[in-house]
Amino acid sequence: MAVTEQQRRAYVASQAADARLNVELQTEDMTLNIGPQHPATHGTLRVVARLDGEQVVWADVVCGYMHRGYEKLTEVRTYPQITTLVNRIDWLSSFANEVPFILAAEKLMDIEAPPRAQYIRTILFELARIANITLFIGTMGADLGAITPVFYAFRDRERILNQIEAVTGGRFHPNFDRIGGLKDDLPRGWIDETKSAMVRVREFCDELEELLMGNEIFQARTRGIGVIPADVGLSYGLSGANIRASGIDWDLRRDQDLPLAWKDLDWKVWTHPDGDSFARFWVRLQETREASKMVDQMLDGLPAGSIQAKVPRIIKVPEGEAWVHTENPLGEMGYYVVSQGGLGPFRCKIRSASFNNVSVLPWVLRGTYVPDIITILASLYFILGDIDR
Amino acid sequence: MSSADTEEQQDQHAAANAERQQVLDELKAALGDAVVGEEVHAGDLWIRVPAGEWRQAMEACKAAGFNYFDFLSGIDWMPSAPNPEDAETLSVEPDADADEAPDAEEAAEAEAEHEAEPQPSEAGTVAAFETAAGEPDSGWKTGVAGGETRFQVFARLHSPQRKLGVTLKADLDDESPQVASIHDIFFGAEWHERETWEMYGFVFEGHPDLRHIYLPGEFEGFPLRKDFPLLAREVKPWPGLVDVEDLPAAEEARQDAAINAAQEGNGADAGEGGS
Repeated sequence: MAVTEQQRRAYVASQAADARLNVELQTEDMTLNIGPQHPATHGTLRVVARLDGEQVVWADVVCGYMHRGYEKLTEVRTYPQITTLVNRIDWLSSFANEVPFILAAEKLMDIEAPPRAQYIRTILFELARIANITLFIGTMGADLGAITPVFYAFRDRERILNQIEAVTGGRFHPNFDRIGGLKDDLPRGWIDETKSAMVRVREFCDELEELLMGNEIFQARTRGIGVIPADVGLSYGLSGANIRASGIDWDLRRDQDLPLAWKDLDWKVWTHPDGDSFARFWVRLQETREASKMVDQMLDGLPAGSIQAKVPRIIKVPEGEAWVHTENPLGEMGYYVVSQGGLGPFRCKIRSASFNNVSVLPWVLRGTYVPDIITILASLYFILGDIDR
Repeated sequence: MSSADTEEQQDQHAAANAERQQVLDELKAALGDAVVGEEVHAGDLWIRVPAGEWRQAMEACKAAGFNYFDFLSGIDWMPSAPNPEDAETLSVEPDADADEAPDAEEAAEAEAEHEAEPQPSEAGTVAAFETAAGEPDSGWKTGVAGGETRFQVFARLHSPQRKLGVTLKADLDDESPQVASIHDIFFGAEWHERETWEMYGFVFEGHPDLRHIYLPGEFEGFPLRKDFPLLAREVKPWPGLVDVEDLPAAEEARQDAAINAAQEGNGADAGEGGS
C-alpha cells in the first residue's frame, strides 16, 4: 500500500490537470483557518489552508505565537543558567534539551563527565524520550477520533514522570544537568522501580500496537496519507522518526561519537520505507520499546564512581565555536555555541527539531483532503515550544 | 580519567580530523578559489566562502553528499556587553539605536556621533576598524575560519551517509547585508532565511516570500543584532550577575580542595545509588 514519490507526484499533477479541465465546474476557493487555538495543534499554531472543494490547494503555517527569544536571552545569561531556558524548548522532554547544550560547553572547555554521569544522563535522556513519545502515541489516537489511548498514555506516562521526579525533583523541568556532570546521584531504590516501570512501558506498547495499529479505521486514515519522500525530507531538514519513517537509516545516537552511553548498548535503529503517517507512528512506537530496553541495559551496566568532573566554580568557557547535536525525541536538536571566553555565550544558535519538521507542512499538505490535515499534523509530531523557541 | 583514555581520545580526534580534511580537500577541488577560510579541528569542519559564492558552495556541498539541511542563521560580531562592568569598555552605545528606525544609514549616523569610539561601519571591515581604533584588542573577534565583516551568514549541512557535517560561513556587507537565497537547493532554508531576515536584517535575494515568521508584522528592528537593546536588561540588570563575581584566590583554592575531597568520597562509596 506504500505510495511512491512518483505515484504521489503523478496524483498531484493529475489533480491539477483535472482542475484546469473543469474550469467551468471550478468553485471559488475557500480559506480554512485551523488554529491558533485548535486541539490538533497542541498549542498555538495556525494553519491556513486554501481549499478547492475538500482538497487543499495551498497551505501556510503561521507560527510565533509563543516565541520567547531564547537565542537573545542566552546572550545575557551565564552557561549554568541557560539550562533553565533550554528546558522550556521542548517541554515534554526537557532533560533531553539540556544535554546537547551542556555537551557543547564541555566540548569547548575540553572536559568530559565521568562515566557514571554519562550513563545517568543517557538514562534520563531515554526516560524523557519515553515520556514524550508515550504522549504522542496517545494524542495521535485522539486526533484521529480514538479517545481511549490518551487515557492509557497519561496513566503510563505518569510512572515515567515519577521516576524523573524522584531523581531530579522536577516532573517537567528537571534542570539537572551540570557542566562536567550532574546535580545529584540516583536515589536509593530507584533502579528497581525504574525497571518495573520499563516493563510497564513495553506492555503499553504492546497494548497500543493491538489497539491502534491493528485498527482498520486507524489504518485507513493513516496509510498513504502525508507521504514524504526521503529526498524531500532531507532537503527540508526533517529528522528523527519523521525521516526514519521515510527509509533513511540515520540516528545521531548511533552515528556520532558522543560522551554518552549509547555506544555501549545493544540496540536497533528502526526504519520504515513508506514515509506516510502510519510509518511515522510505527517507527515512534518501536523506538519507545527500544528505549525501554536501552534503559534496562544501562541500569544493569551502570558504572560506579563520581558524577561530577572537576570544574572551576566560576565557569568561563574558552574562546571557540562548537556544534553539538543529539537525537532528541522530536528529532535532531543542536546548539551552535560561539564563545568569546566570557561567562555566557556570545551567540547560541538553537536548532530545534520541530521548526524544520513543521516547515514541510506547506509541501505535504498540498493535494490532501481536509480530514487528512489533522492526521498529518499529528503524525509529524511537534511541540510548540520547539517550533517557537 | 586515565591517561590511556586521553590518548585514545586524541587518536579518535586525529582520525575524525583526517576524515574531515579529506572532505575539505574534496570541496576545495570543487570550489577552487572560493574557499577563503577553512578550519578542521576538534572533529569538526568549517569553510568560509565569499557571499557571491554562497549558492555555488551549497550546490557543491550537496553534490558531495551533504544533502541534509541542519540550519541557517547569522552572527553579528559586534562586541556585546553581557556584564555591566565590561559595558563601559565596549564601543557599543546601547541607547544609540533604542528609538531609531532600523535603518542602517541612520544607525551608522547615530554611531558616527561618538567619534572617539571606533566605528566599524565607517571603514567596513574589522581589520580597518582595528587600525582606526589604534589598538588591536578592541574586542572584535572573528570566529573560526575567520571573517572580515561585522555580519556573517552561516549554515550547517550534514551527510547522513558519511556521518559528518560541515559549517559554511560567508561574510556579508556591513551596510546592506545581502546574500543569494538557497531555498531551492534546500527547501528547509526557506523558513530559516525568513527567521534570519527578521532577526538580523539579512536580505536573501531570490527568496519567494521574505516576511516575518516569529515576530508581528509591524515589528521594527532586528532583535538579534548586538546593537538591539534587550529592554528588560536596560531597565534592570540581570540579578543572576551577582552570582558571578570573582572569588579571592584563597577562597577558590579552599573550594577546589572541598570538591576534591567530595570526589574522593564519592569514589569510596561507589555504586551507592545502584544498591
